Amino acid sequence: MKKHLLSAADLTREDAELILATTDEMRSLADRPIKKLPALRGRTVVNLFFEDSTRTRISFEAAAKRLSADVINFSAKGSSLSKGESLKDTALTLEAMGCDAVVCRHGASGAPHRLANSGWVRASVVNAGDGTHEHPTQALLDAFTMWRHLGPRNGGTLDGQRIAIVGDVLHSRVARSNALLLHTLGAEVTLVAPPTLLPVGIESWPVETSYDLDGVLSKADAVMMLRVQRERMNGGFFPTPREYSRRYGLDGRRMAALQDHTIVMHPGPMVRGMEITADVADSDRSVIVEQVSNGVAVRMAVLYLLLGGSEPAVGTTSEPATANEGTDA
Amino acid sequence: MLDSGDISRALSRISHEILERNKGAEGLVLLGIPSRGVPLAERIAERIAAVEGHGVPSGSLDVTMYRDDLRLKPARTLLPTQIPDGGIDDKTVVLVDDVLFSGRTIRAALDALNDVGRPRAVQLAVLVDRGHRELPIRADFVGKNLPTSLVQRVRVHLTGVDDEDAVIIEGAGA
Repeated sequence: MKKHLLSAADLTREDAELILATTDEMRSLADRPIKKLPALRGRTVVNLFFEDSTRTRISFEAAAKRLSADVINFSAKGSSLSKGESLKDTALTLEAMGCDAVVCRHGASGAPHRLANSGWVRASVVNAGDGTHEHPTQALLDAFTMWRHLGPRNGGTLDGQRIAIVGDVLHSRVARSNALLLHTLGAEVTLVAPPTLLPVGIESWPVETSYDLDGVLSKADAVMMLRVQRERMNGGFFPTPREYSRRYGLDGRRMAALQDHTIVMHPGPMVRGMEITADVADSDRSVIVEQVSNGVAVRMAVLYLLLGGSEPAVGTTSEPATANEGTDA
Repeated sequence: MLDSGDISRALSRISHEILERNKGAEGLVLLGIPSRGVPLAERIAERIAAVEGHGVPSGSLDVTMYRDDLRLKPARTLLPTQIPDGGIDDKTVVLVDDVLFSGRTIRAALDALNDVGRPRAVQLAVLVDRGHRELPIRADFVGKNLPTSLVQRVRVHLTGVDDEDAVIIEGAGA
């Protein structure tokens, strides 16, 4: 990672821990009467969304606004994209108008990478989900949520914590980013899915895999359920929804088998009754709503670390400035 | 320049001056500016508690995102902000820092305070005032005035953050 955040794999453990610590400070802002910090005053952040999204776009918008940046929202509907404009021409337009960061969501895997490395724009590019590839800020907010709940009883890290990610791994950019980031942070990830919903080449991922949910659940410290992405499916991946939810859904009976401290997560949007039942989603173990509020803080941290200084504080070769040592008061 | 005995005596004097000026500890909130201002604020709070018999709230206020040189350096790591329960509205806030130099950190702290609440008054306590102000800011309580040249560096070491209590001047002519 240089000036962009394109993949969770670009983050070193040091980078990831800096983002988590910064997120922790950003989080306290939510308790203040004035939820605003001046760090990005005069900077422009463009939300470039080629695919529908509720929480990610709103979350990025709230994050940028709380840091005092100017926000321009751009969605495929109602723009010249529907007239056939290419990604390149859209990028050149943004560059001509002048912006400091582009938050990009695109249906095609690799679109943010193309935007960042083609020389079309000078801005920092943040991947907000590309096709079935990656969604690094979602992985960061998931890791932050786990770190807050599991860290205190594990020496402040996720080392050795067992994380089960269950469901439609094949179509999930969240699963890939989470697997990479959680591995970097020292956690042990197990992906649980029917064989048809695991991607080709899964052996090369730094994870375990299993087809048996019940065998994994009793040992997990966190369980993340994934949505079955029917809009990306063209073929029979499982016989019936009912059979899927019997074998891979999280219901009250399965929840009872979890350890006392285990948390239940879901990146949203949920399909209640499919991968997770309503009683589990609304239970005390569920941190799904907290994930959303942590999402704003994580995105504030990412935008601050990329845009707040003269150069990004994560992933560059130069040493980040240390705290003032009593000389520049 | 200062050893642990000097620092201890200076903090005791500052604590008494704070109480004298404010006619007691009623409505006081101490906010240290990280990193070294925070242990200083805690030590002053302890001394005030020893004199008055009851504690005063003490916390920390990070000013990183309010600095005017934020854009000149790589994005800095944020430090903890801990506002005591009860907030700062209508309280007398005493900002505590280790070294007063250009005054720019204090300007940033005043901006940061503005976003947290509306104190009745703000006062400033520093362990060392080394001069060379670039803004119209002065300290209400000063541990020691140290005339320095601009090429020198003043370092404050405090147990808790460092392994000793000391104030050291480094650089030409020290």
